[in-house]
Amino acid sequence: MNIVVCVKQVPDTWAEKKLSPDDKTVDRVGVDGVMNELDEYAVEEALRIKEALSAQGGGGEVTVLTMGPDKSVETIRKALSMGADKAVHLVDPALHGSDALATSYALSKALGTIEHDLVILGVESTDARMSVLPAMLAERLGASQLTFARKVEVGTGTVKIERQTDSGYDVVEAPIPAVVSVVEKINEPRYPSFKGIMAAKKKPLTTLTLADAGIEADNVGFAGSGTEVTDFAARPPKQAGQIVKDEGDGGSKLADFLAQQKFI
Amino acid sequence: MDFRLSDEHEALRKTVEEFAREVVAPVAEHHDRTEEFPYDVVRQMGEMGLFGLPFPEDYGGMGGDFLALCLAIEELARADSSVAITLEGAVGLGSMPIYRFGSEQQKREWLPQLCRGEALAAFGLTEPGGGTDAGNPRTRAVLDGDEWVINGSKAFITNAGTDLTRLVTVLCRTGERADGRPELTSVLVPVPREGFRASRKYSKVGWHASDTRELVLEDCRVPAESVLGDRGRGYAQFLSTLDEGRVAISALAVGLAQACVDESVRYSREREAFGAPIGSYQGVAFRIADMQLRTHVARLAYYDAAARMAAGAPFKREAAMAKLYSSTIAVDNARDATQVFGGYGFMNEYPVARHWRDAKILEIGEGTSEVQRLLIARSLGLPV
Ligand SMILES: Cc1cc2nc3c(=O)[nH]c(=O)nc-3n(C[C@H](O)[C@H](O)[C@H](O)COP(=O)(O)OP(=O)(O)OC[C@H]3O[C@@H](n4cnc5c(N)ncnc54)[C@H](O)[C@@H]3O)c2cc1C
Repeated sequence: MNIVVCVKQVPDTWAEKKLSPDDKTVDRVGVDGVMNELDEYAVEEALRIKEALSAQGGGGEVTVLTMGPDKSVETIRKALSMGADKAVHLVDPALHGSDALATSYALSKALGTIEHDLVILGVESTDARMSVLPAMLAERLGASQLTFARKVEVGTGTVKIERQTDSGYDVVEAPIPAVVSVVEKINEPRYPSFKGIMAAKKKPLTTLTLADAGIEADNVGFAGSGTEVTDFAARPPKQAGQIVKDEGDGGSKLADFLAQQKFI
Repeated sequence: MDFRLSDEHEALRKTVEEFAREVVAPVAEHHDRTEEFPYDVVRQMGEMGLFGLPFPEDYGGMGGDFLALCLAIEELARADSSVAITLEGAVGLGSMPIYRFGSEQQKREWLPQLCRGEALAAFGLTEPGGGTDAGNPRTRAVLDGDEWVINGSKAFITNAGTDLTRLVTVLCRTGERADGRPELTSVLVPVPREGFRASRKYSKVGWHASDTRELVLEDCRVPAESVLGDRGRGYAQFLSTLDEGRVAISALAVGLAQACVDESVRYSREREAFGAPIGSYQGVAFRIADMQLRTHVARLAYYDAAARMAAGAPFKREAAMAKLYSSTIAVDNARDATQVFGGYGFMNEYPVARHWRDAKILEIGEGTSEVQRLLIARSLGLPV
């Protein structure tokens, strides 16, 4: 079974995130980049599936696919050092400014160049937090869509997941090829070993431009996006909290507050 | 000349930094308070291959070098010195002598399990009667048929009494040389073993989660072939082990010093006095600037020693200077960081208080600061 994991480099979770005023996109130049945290779970899940299958004598490869500027190679290296076999990097200045719609188109084209049975992604990225890409990608690929997986089981020709819901989980099964998005409950991602880090250097990395992937420039970037950021503002400073004094009625005051905020 | 790390070293450093932040730091205060050995953290370090960093893959290692080990130690020490010294003791003092001086059979037997972190090795040099004069131990090993019989005691031995400890290398007096000096031999003692006892843990000022024991050997018998390398080579072996170990201790000190900077920067931007963050006052900001300066210089000192080691060049003086300087500034930074934290800096649950207690031993272990000065002075040709 061949698995492709889509990974994205995002600004360091610990760094202050900014939008650049010129084109209203996330500033990726001034900050350290890291692999989107949920994508680490996706990589881990792909590796576990591959390892389980190969223990049963099965074959297949895990390929990481990323779309992003040159710097994203760092994130590719991390996935390779965790144990992925090879990588494809879709990089082209014309991709800058792509929204989810355009990105899903570009990724689907890049996926067309890689043999795959399963595509695994994190449910969302920590910078954009749209959580729509897996669904869009499945639609574009004409593949089964299995989202919010907290457990994945690969059968013969099918994939079965436990789909995380607010109240518990649903069991969903669908034929391969499939796109699976994972939540962080699914596993505990491994840390790369030094051996893995050294090996990553020697693993194949293919770079694709728009032309290589057969992507039409009109469908990506700002022009190809269906959404537009028209304006943005800094988050207002934190308001001073409200202190509730317990004069025998502290409990009901708290309950009132929570009800007011629609928490209960 | 280029002082930057290679891509692989930087990737390793980042990985361990992440591990230290996500796994080590959250439980550091707990282990400091309870003085429990962090078995779960050590297991995960083993899975990452940290215990095998500087050893070839052929022996179960990661195929890295000593700098790789130092970087891992530095990053761990930013979160918890106890965890960092557990790695340093296990690899630098425990496994390294086996790799450097052991027979092929000893390497095959011990290194794979040590590299996985499933077994820990310790190095017993210091005795209750003295550590600086380590070339003059009281512990004796006498050959009786095809067995060594060991009698004596060792003091302050790291990693000697954990549930994972499987091997203690003991420096023994095995006779007298022609020049009247003692003949010293390193003997491998697989543990647990009859006649070998690791006594109760010491009550220490710092390094609470690191295992430190006094060892007693009473008619402890091991096979004649348990000699590490050759009989009579003990002195040279431990001198060279300590030269390397000093670079690793220097890395540990730099990690602690950096942690003090990081904590101080964070706190002094948040904590307010007289209506402004304390970091806006030069008295605080300049102090922290000096802390960062010292840390940077200390880091360059150990990078230099490690680079010389990797190039096969002499590094004894550079190792002594790196160890002396970085342990000194670690103590300075820890003192200054607690000052920045004011009263909270004196509270045990704050990391800076732990760093303050953990720092002092760095000026003592693996050769005191006086010993480092001796080594530097002698390397300059002074008759001291
Ligand atoms: C937590 C901890 C872990 C340790 N782990 C290990 C371990 O794993 N293995 C191991 O073998 N040892 C270990 N040690 C021991 C450590 O290396 C020794 O404590 C150290 O070498 C000093 O020896 P000592 O304590 O006997 O002091 P001494 O040798 O008695 O020295 C006392 C003082 O006299 C000074 N002094 C001595 N001789 C001279 C001289 N000629 N000129 C100037 N000053 C001198 C010293 O610098 C020191 O200030 C550990 C110690 C601690 C506290």
